[in-house]
Amino acid sequence: MAAESKEPGAAWHIATVASVHDETPRVKLFRLNLPESLLKRGFHAGQYFDVRLTAPDGYQAQRSYSITSSPDQPNLIELAIELIADGEVSSYFHEAVEVGDRIEIRGPIGGHFTWLPLSTKPVLHIAGGSGIAPIMSMLRHRTSSESRARALLIFSARTEADILFHDELDQMAKSDPNFNHIIALTRGAPQIWNGEDRRIDRPMIDAAISTLVGSEELPDRAYVCGGSDFVESMGNYLLDSGMSHSDVRTERFGP
Amino acid sequence: MINNKFFGRRRAEPPRPIPPGQYLEDGFPVLSAGPTPRVDTATWEFSIEIGGESVGKWSWEDMNALPQTALHTDIHCVTKWSKLDTDWRGVTIDALLEDAGVTAPTGFVMATCDGGYTTNVPTADIVDGKGMLVHTYDGEPLAPEHGGPIRLLIPHLYLWKSAKWIRGLKFMENDEPGFWERYGYHMYGDPWREQRYTGD
Repeated sequence: MAAESKEPGAAWHIATVASVHDETPRVKLFRLNLPESLLKRGFHAGQYFDVRLTAPDGYQAQRSYSITSSPDQPNLIELAIELIADGEVSSYFHEAVEVGDRIEIRGPIGGHFTWLPLSTKPVLHIAGGSGIAPIMSMLRHRTSSESRARALLIFSARTEADILFHDELDQMAKSDPNFNHIIALTRGAPQIWNGEDRRIDRPMIDAAISTLVGSEELPDRAYVCGGSDFVESMGNYLLDSGMSHSDVRTERFGP
Repeated sequence: MINNKFFGRRRAEPPRPIPPGQYLEDGFPVLSAGPTPRVDTATWEFSIEIGGESVGKWSWEDMNALPQTALHTDIHCVTKWSKLDTDWRGVTIDALLEDAGVTAPTGFVMATCDGGYTTNVPTADIVDGKGMLVHTYDGEPLAPEHGGPIRLLIPHLYLWKSAKWIRGLKFMENDEPGFWERYGYHMYGDPWREQRYTGD
């Protein structure tokens, strides 16, 4: 665990942009090649990196971004960066960053919102929008480590076009009998749609839990990530459903 | 390292300096490692231990009967936002210790909370008016997601030291890491020295 790490990330390192991909109208994926100095450290699925930008006059801005790639590709990290209105760091990434650019980063950071493939316990994942980021790393690690632990993802997005990693998630569900996903569209679903067309609510969560572990049991762990209000509601639903506080881990993005 | 195409979208110059690496936030973001715990003030109790021995316990009514102090301050979260001119009301740690009839020992203190969260600070950083338990924010009862009914507030340190849903203080001789500190967050957490993580 990073918990035992003596140096969680104090030093800044320079990563190089290896690829830029338009994932949805508002989210781009950036793959960064890690420098030699960071290769040994590795990371756990669910952790994040700090990014620091420095203007020519010395002005700096820092933000934290979850890693979306799997720890079994230790030489690179993928970050999903959503364009935020007036976001100085996200707009720089969306408008200016190109392959080959160098970016200062430090990490990996965080250790509570992590999943290790050793775990065989059933897990419920709940993601809202770009909150899928750290959970995607966990699901990719699950796939690459051939974990047979049961997992179910409930993923809320605005419209079909806003679903991050849509094809990859569908593919995962198709090829892995122990993984299910439910996508809930909150601002209108297409005519033919095999997911949900409402916000994630208590009945949807109860049905998902029943699919995952049966109606008499509860998942051993839930990971919830998204905007603050989203996480607050989901945490309350999970406590209402009977999950204990310590089995629910949360990560909140933005104000 | 300079990012040549980066100029930043600087917001209005802060009315006074904010710590390095921070940006001004008008809202009040929420960060917690788990869901918001359910806290019932009817059964709520706050306790102080010194060296493993209980020296005082307070019910919710007891807490509200203690001298109340108002505080106007700036707050700084390790996730990079700072919020200026926040208004709080509550009970200073000094008032609690006085009510218990004890003087603060030297050394360190571990804050314990509903939900299992812990964080460590030197005793010197929560006495002499530097730390308090707050139940009111901006004139309203502190919202559950922000740590209500009551949280610790130590505004001169990063906000993860200001433990939400606080239930007790354990004074101890030696420093020990709390919840985030065990995951590599800084043992002290001074925003002006940008002590975010171990080694900073």
